[in-house]
Amino acid sequence: MAAAAEQSSQQASAARAWHEVVLQTLKRNDIRLVPYVPDRVLTTLIKNIHADPFFTTFPTAREEEAVGIVSGAWMGGMRGAVLMQTSGFATLANVLASLAIPYQIPLIMFVSERGTLGEFNYGQSLVCRTMRPLLDSLAMEHHTATRLDEFEFIVDRSIKQAIATQAPVALILSPLLTGGKVFDK
Amino acid sequence: MSPTNTNTKVMNRFDVTSRLVAKLKNEEAVIGGIGNTNFDLWAAGHRPQNFYMLGSMGLAFPIALGVALAQPKRRVFALEGDGSLLMQMGCLSTIAALRPANLCMIVMDNGLYQITGAQPTPAAAVSDIVAIAIGCGISNSVWAADEQDFERLVGESLSASGPMLIGVRIDDKAGVGTTRRDPVQIRERFMLGLGVRQAL
Repeated sequence: MAAAAEQSSQQASAARAWHEVVLQTLKRNDIRLVPYVPDRVLTTLIKNIHADPFFTTFPTAREEEAVGIVSGAWMGGMRGAVLMQTSGFATLANVLASLAIPYQIPLIMFVSERGTLGEFNYGQSLVCRTMRPLLDSLAMEHHTATRLDEFEFIVDRSIKQAIATQAPVALILSPLLTGGKVFDK
Repeated sequence: MSPTNTNTKVMNRFDVTSRLVAKLKNEEAVIGGIGNTNFDLWAAGHRPQNFYMLGSMGLAFPIALGVALAQPKRRVFALEGDGSLLMQMGCLSTIAALRPANLCMIVMDNGLYQITGAQPTPAAAVSDIVAIAIGCGISNSVWAADEQDFERLVGESLSASGPMLIGVRIDDKAGVGTTRRDPVQIRERFMLGLGVRQAL
């Protein structure tokens, strides 16, 4: 019975798209505030979060601003997560080092990864190379999600760990998971 | 220099900050921006609902917006320097779009990066912060004419039905105190002050 339930749960999980996993896992962890700077890959996720009254979601002018907003909200008792793409993450070194980490704020970031696995813009491929060295230089927790079957585990556990340890986490959404952005026009 | 502040008096940051703090009777949150802005907030007398930024220049308003969204029944003030605001001007549009009724932004404008040696900001001789805020959609943005007008505007903000921005022209004096640079304790005490945490 238990094995059957587990199997059926895995099938249900496999049937969901990656963005459905993000939305549902945010909800389950009571993460209501989702400021973002948009990205093509995040389009459906952003649309669905807007459509769900559980969330307070809106665009910001810069990723740094969104980090400030969720940091303030955390201190006021409301959980948040920031959505961005790789080039936006590259603007965050100062706010990570001077706000999120030293003040011990569980900043949860979803970073849609551009610059690899079929990138067509040289600048994107270069800025992508700064992302993991920056995360590593600050000894920040980060995971690159490549597989749908592991994705919910990674997202759910990472959110819980960030909150329990009061430390930021970056969840990098690989093109292997999302399909990425491919050269069109 | 600019159309909206021709008749404003040059005031002092510590004096104005002390006047703000004296008017707060309902555990209002106050976010102090980087440098002199939070030094003077500290010097005006620590309150459990004060948050002091030790970096992340330009994020006083975004942090205050987050607090205001999380606690809509609490009035939230943010103190920011003009140079800091120049770093994150886009946040004014975000705040205008969200229209938090409980957020009051105060810009201490001396046209200088006082703390780095009083170099003029690029905006100093040419830009009007209040006009910028109005242009961003924060229609309730005004310069305080003098100290009494500042106090009146703060009083008005306590019952405002939308976000408000108060511009204050200030002198080139340094901050009066120095905030204790203990970020974990600043954050924890702020959360205690907001009723989010209980002391161990």
